[in-house]
Amino acid sequence: MALETSAPSRQPSLGDYLKANIREYGLLVALVVIMIFFQFITDGVLFRPVNITNLILQNSFIVIMALGMLLIIVAGHIDLSVGSIVAFIGAISAIMLVKWEIHFLIVVPACLILGGVMGAAQGYWVAYQKIPSFIVTLAGMLVFRGLTYLVLQNRPIGPFPPDFQLLSTGFVPDLIPLGDPATSLIKNYFALIVILALVAYLIYSGFRERAINQRHGSENEPFIFFILQMVIISAVAIFLGFQLATYRGLPNVLVVMGVLIALYTFVTTRSTVGRRVYAMGGNEKAAKLSGINTERLTFYAFVNMGVLAALAGMIIAARLNSATPKAGVGFELDVIAACFIGGASASGGVGRIMGAVIGAFIMGVMNNGMSIMGLGIDYQQLVKGLVLLAAVFFDVYNKNKG
Amino acid sequence: MTNILLEMRGITKTFPGVKALDNVNLQVREGEIHALVGENGAGKSTLMKVLSGVYPAGTYEGDIVYDGEVRRFATISDSEHLGIIIIHQELALVPLLSIAENIFLGNEIASGGVIDWRQTFARTRELLLKVGLKEPPSTLITDIGVGKQQLVEIAKALSKKVRLLILDEPTASLNETDSDALLTLLMEFRKQGMTSIIISHKLNEIKKVADKITVIRDGGTVETLDCHKEDISEDRIIKGMVGRAMEDRYPKREPKIGEMLLEVKNWNVFHHQHRDRQFLHDISFNVRAGEVVGIAGLMGAGRTETAMSVFGRSWGHKITGEVKMRGQPVDVSTIRKAIDAGLAYVTEDRKHLGLVLMNNIMHNTTLANLPGVSTSGVIDERREAKVATDYRSRLRIRSHSIYQEAVNLSGGNQQKVVLSKWLFTNPEVLILDEPTRGIDIGAKYEIYSIINQLAGEGKGILMISSEMPELLGTCDRIYVMNEGRIVAELSRQEASQESIMRAIMRSGEKH
Repeated sequence: MALETSAPSRQPSLGDYLKANIREYGLLVALVVIMIFFQFITDGVLFRPVNITNLILQNSFIVIMALGMLLIIVAGHIDLSVGSIVAFIGAISAIMLVKWEIHFLIVVPACLILGGVMGAAQGYWVAYQKIPSFIVTLAGMLVFRGLTYLVLQNRPIGPFPPDFQLLSTGFVPDLIPLGDPATSLIKNYFALIVILALVAYLIYSGFRERAINQRHGSENEPFIFFILQMVIISAVAIFLGFQLATYRGLPNVLVVMGVLIALYTFVTTRSTVGRRVYAMGGNEKAAKLSGINTERLTFYAFVNMGVLAALAGMIIAARLNSATPKAGVGFELDVIAACFIGGASASGGVGRIMGAVIGAFIMGVMNNGMSIMGLGIDYQQLVKGLVLLAAVFFDVYNKNKG
Repeated sequence: MTNILLEMRGITKTFPGVKALDNVNLQVREGEIHALVGENGAGKSTLMKVLSGVYPAGTYEGDIVYDGEVRRFATISDSEHLGIIIIHQELALVPLLSIAENIFLGNEIASGGVIDWRQTFARTRELLLKVGLKEPPSTLITDIGVGKQQLVEIAKALSKKVRLLILDEPTASLNETDSDALLTLLMEFRKQGMTSIIISHKLNEIKKVADKITVIRDGGTVETLDCHKEDISEDRIIKGMVGRAMEDRYPKREPKIGEMLLEVKNWNVFHHQHRDRQFLHDISFNVRAGEVVGIAGLMGAGRTETAMSVFGRSWGHKITGEVKMRGQPVDVSTIRKAIDAGLAYVTEDRKHLGLVLMNNIMHNTTLANLPGVSTSGVIDERREAKVATDYRSRLRIRSHSIYQEAVNLSGGNQQKVVLSKWLFTNPEVLILDEPTRGIDIGAKYEIYSIINQLAGEGKGILMISSEMPELLGTCDRIYVMNEGRIVAELSRQEASQESIMRAIMRSGEKH
């Protein structure tokens, strides 16, 4: 019997492409629009070097936790306990550093391990006992918060030794001092050069990727979108880098965050582990029947989340220069919201690291902008809630239309 | 001559870029069973959606004349109001509600929002009597089998004063006994004057019940056959469906049977949920290189459970017995180990157990063997694309590209993606569980060709199927299972529909 050959692949038009990828471009455009809007309405305060630095410091821990949360959500779960882990790790690090006077080079890894153990304690129930993660981590949220009060005996501990504080408030020193910081506009040439190098690398690798795809006949995004995207990202990065360079340079936290974002982007898009997490979130039974150890994968997703929450906990404690029992209250919601604004699906299997990062910054810029405007926490919450709903509605609307 | 109840005239329905229906005509007389046949994607379901108002008037061209008037349905409830009821292939029952609650869901017997349970139960009992279902109305849907659930759907339709009952693949997931009961019920309804349209792939059943058969191909009506005027053979129907005569539904193969591959001995398994109930008893079977071995049996005989328990203990517990590959005992205690031992299991439920529907063809293809396209945990996308492209052309998967999501593929192409996934693990023995369920005749032929090709390459194939002609047409040897036991082993020469049924019946008498 003659079999018809497969249909030739059709070259998608610009419109098709935009429709298929509207979510990704839309998110980036939304961030830029929101930034410009607040820049305008705050009379230019938003983009001042000191404020940009603040913006990064204030949001770094949300971004860092969003990386782990995205994996959890893609795997089809949720973690409500991260705010309490933040508080507990902050407390433990304070006790070790301040009361017991242990060196921070020991405290930091110890706390990361402890965070991993806390994640494992929850991951066990979710992965192996099949208790819904919502319930397990709700329990975790209460338990860890209670433990925080217990170990702190309801009193804040501080201040931290200066070397530990640098984790959060330090800057990468100007390794290439080309000018005198006292007189020059650029106070930190190193920051500017690093950013320029990164932008150059981004453009280079973007073109290289396209060239390789072309050679192998894989799909490429239309050239105009590629260029537009490159121009926008480069412009924003160079502008921010310049602003940072005119202040105190690259915050340590930004470096940590940047490395983690790169690492998790790589893991989610290129590694077998990442692929398996997406498959598991998309269809757990099919993944399991394909020989994937879904229990172990789920377990480690929670361990990973615990480690990142511990890191965030230390960054927050160092920033506030004290460990308080109320630290991190409600953070889990900001982190989860960042993932959903970034396009993650509540039913699992869908979501991107860059989406979650941009989602976190959209929330961060709005917080920051509204604070500068003098709007209270009441309005901030209200607006954030509406933005979350709008973003998810946008997803659903697109899906139904497509 | 009876009246014409329904006439669909010149129905044309276009979706962006595709003409799904092109000038389709359908005429159904009052009191007849009218079968609608055609390959998957021919437009049967679209036509029924136009009829029932899922696609409202105005979104299609042409006229629907029902009961002598041109009707323009805006919603499903418009058509239901006139007694046109569709029962979809995927049943729309709520598992944790009772039969009575399901029958009157959205249509409760109530006054002022308060449900009259006594009357609800009484009415349910009447309806259940009509469809011949002996279950108390308070039984939960989840506690009855698919066959009975189908009857509940029909009872639900009856509760809505149905005049035209449309059944979309009603017997697709039923075993033969349940299918027979359902078809008998339809014929009973016909005596009482009800009209029905039945969509089915099972031509033997259509032959049995239909008064008329309308064949649809590529969105157009091909012909309407009158079963009372002439004797319509299955081959005659197929000719209309595929547009050419199908000389042989099963491609020929010269078996070259080699060494022993898979041996399973004294396999005992207890039930997954009812943990002290033994489900499989002393199962022993084997598959040789180049051999296609079938497992026949009724629904619930334990065929899928046998396959899954061997494949990494993915079903059952307290599993005992021996598994050998090429004469050597192998550990198949986890799915990973079973795959490494050279086994592959192609599930009967490709949507829920076989594919990650939201992922593309490429990602599904490599899922079970990611190390095969990666170096120390990092996926080489180029290599992955090459693998997926190879399988796509080898198995003739029809798609825009390897980047098309699995959810947008037809059943036959989805099945080929699942097959690609398992072939890429390079198995020695493939267990195929209902490999052609729900896919059209052309695609079935291709699947059989792939099976033959694999056997020709020296792989062992174990094929589970509920369609006896399929087993008889493709297998070198057939095991027959009943109630958790292997009750017969038949060579190609011994095997026939009669000998298989006889083996099942005789084993049933023993217990």
